[in-house]
Amino acid sequence: MTTVPKELDPTFVAPGCHPIITVRGLDNAFGEQVIHKDLNLTVCRGEILGVVGGSGTGKSVLLRSIIGLQTPQAGEIEVLGENMVGRSEDEAKNIRRRWGILFQNGALFSTLTVAENVEVPIREYFPYLHPPLLDEIASYKIAMGGLPPDAGPKYPSELSGGMVKRAGLARALALDPELLFLDEPTAGLDPIAAAAFDDLIKSLQERLDLTVFLITHDLDTLHAICDRIAVLADQHVIAVGTIPQLLALDHPWIQEYFNGPRGRAAAASWKEGAEA
Amino acid sequence: MAELDRHEGDDPNGSVYRVAGALTIMRAATTQREIDSLPDPLTIDLSDINRMDTVGAWIVYRTVRDRGAKVIGASRDEVSLLKQVKEFDVPTRVVPEEESGGFTRGLRELGEWVAEIGTTLVGLLGFFGSTLIGFANVIRRPRRFRLNAVVQRFDVVGVRALGIIALMSFLIGVVIAQQGSVQLAQFGAEVYTINLIGRITIRELGTLMTAIMVAGRSGSAFAAQIGTMKITEEIDAMRTIGVSPVEALVIPRIISAVVMMPLLAFWSMLLALIGGGVFVWLSLGIPPLTYIQRLQEVIPITDLWVGLIKAPVFGFIIALAGCFQGMLVEGNSEEVGSRTTTAVVQSIFLVIVLDAVFAVFFSFIGWV
Repeated sequence: MTTVPKELDPTFVAPGCHPIITVRGLDNAFGEQVIHKDLNLTVCRGEILGVVGGSGTGKSVLLRSIIGLQTPQAGEIEVLGENMVGRSEDEAKNIRRRWGILFQNGALFSTLTVAENVEVPIREYFPYLHPPLLDEIASYKIAMGGLPPDAGPKYPSELSGGMVKRAGLARALALDPELLFLDEPTAGLDPIAAAAFDDLIKSLQERLDLTVFLITHDLDTLHAICDRIAVLADQHVIAVGTIPQLLALDHPWIQEYFNGPRGRAAAASWKEGAEA
Repeated sequence: MAELDRHEGDDPNGSVYRVAGALTIMRAATTQREIDSLPDPLTIDLSDINRMDTVGAWIVYRTVRDRGAKVIGASRDEVSLLKQVKEFDVPTRVVPEEESGGFTRGLRELGEWVAEIGTTLVGLLGFFGSTLIGFANVIRRPRRFRLNAVVQRFDVVGVRALGIIALMSFLIGVVIAQQGSVQLAQFGAEVYTINLIGRITIRELGTLMTAIMVAGRSGSAFAAQIGTMKITEEIDAMRTIGVSPVEALVIPRIISAVVMMPLLAFWSMLLALIGGGVFVWLSLGIPPLTYIQRLQEVIPITDLWVGLIKAPVFGFIIALAGCFQGMLVEGNSEEVGSRTTTAVVQSIFLVIVLDAVFAVFFSFIGWV
């Protein structure tokens, strides 16, 4: 068993941290297959938290549990100060308004244009806005998501993979969320587009004062924008911390992940970039 | 919720809009209406607000942009937010541009409709051709025949349809017997109810109702399955691997429909006869043995051939239309739905047209 110092323990709340997501004792299982066992995690307001873990360790299940798409077997989940487990649909609605989610494949509504997709959450919660104002807000969010203006009237099937992600991000930002969930935002993007997307997330996070919960496999993203990283393995979060802090642990998966050939290359290029 | 307090002062320089509390999307509609009601030149005083989101900033910004309003009392954060908003002011269309003009547009739509019907017919013919080529290939190289896929389709198209077709046919038999006996009783000819049941179910309704059920159950499923595979690029993947989608997907489905339709039609005829028999037994007091004897006397064997010859042809048409519409799916999930509907409508329509053609043909060759 790897010994984890107190400040990297997932239940540890640093002084000055205002928890925005708190997960305690989460258990998830599909039939016989146990996904999570006694999982703990705290996300502080204003940080970008990266979640990493091997395939099949339940990163997406964790996300689905937090946003209420999956009812856990046991455990407590608190988001934005509200308990999420066993809530009625109506109560959950008020919390849902305060977060935005970018799904792995964008999950854009395929029969609506990009601009209409962005308008969906606004229309749902604020049906009395005048259409001209609504359209202007949509185009503003589209520009904020880094899309060119001619993307607005396009249908999702006409967009490239990177544009789908940006459109999904624009929709996630539609209601000025406090909390942004991103599920593998740079997966499937070329390195240039992925770097641009990282920059976009970072700049939006600073400007809009967002808290970002980010599931990723992208080592460059972890180096470039994440404040802290939660490592998911052995059915729970084994540690949360910065990359140097995590590297000090002797857990085999962490060592292999950050010190493998790709991990070292990403670290080197990041160091070079920082020095230059 | 923070309240929003407004103040309209009669300044010598025009009107002043002062907001307090939160200027956010929660009050966006009201704020916009209030701003619209104030005369130019307008000054917006932000000194009393404690929170502004991007929508609030956008409303302030567009007032400045469109009406040249002046903003005072903005804090550093608010100024930076307003700057950001300005930076992202790139107008976008929400829906694709549409042509206006009533007459020309109507004409164009008519033309597109005609062209679409033409291309659909040509496409169906082409699809029919490629299916025949697929059959020829499979016959030449029998090892490429996918027996497992065909047997699996037999189960889905045939075996699993037995229950619903039995129920439907039994009820139709009962209804024909009941309606027929009421009408024939007026002439005192109730016994001819048996002729009616026997001939109509075996010659026409058994096959036709089965075809409609199979079109609804399996034709739609074919279109939806293949359409979804088209959207998820599975069909493209197949092609690049070197598997012909016609051989792997279309031929098993067509074979299963062609083989299962006559069997299901026969099953349907049988159940309709039983339904009618039960009714005449209980209602007219004709015992089952007499009923069966009478059926033997009045139904010519050619009626059975008429019913059974049509069945595989209908099965072929249903499977062909389903697979063809599935292959036409492009783009989004809505298309899968509309193509599935088209497949069912097209196949039922074609089945009824062909049924009419068969009726004329069989009476022409003397099978009346």
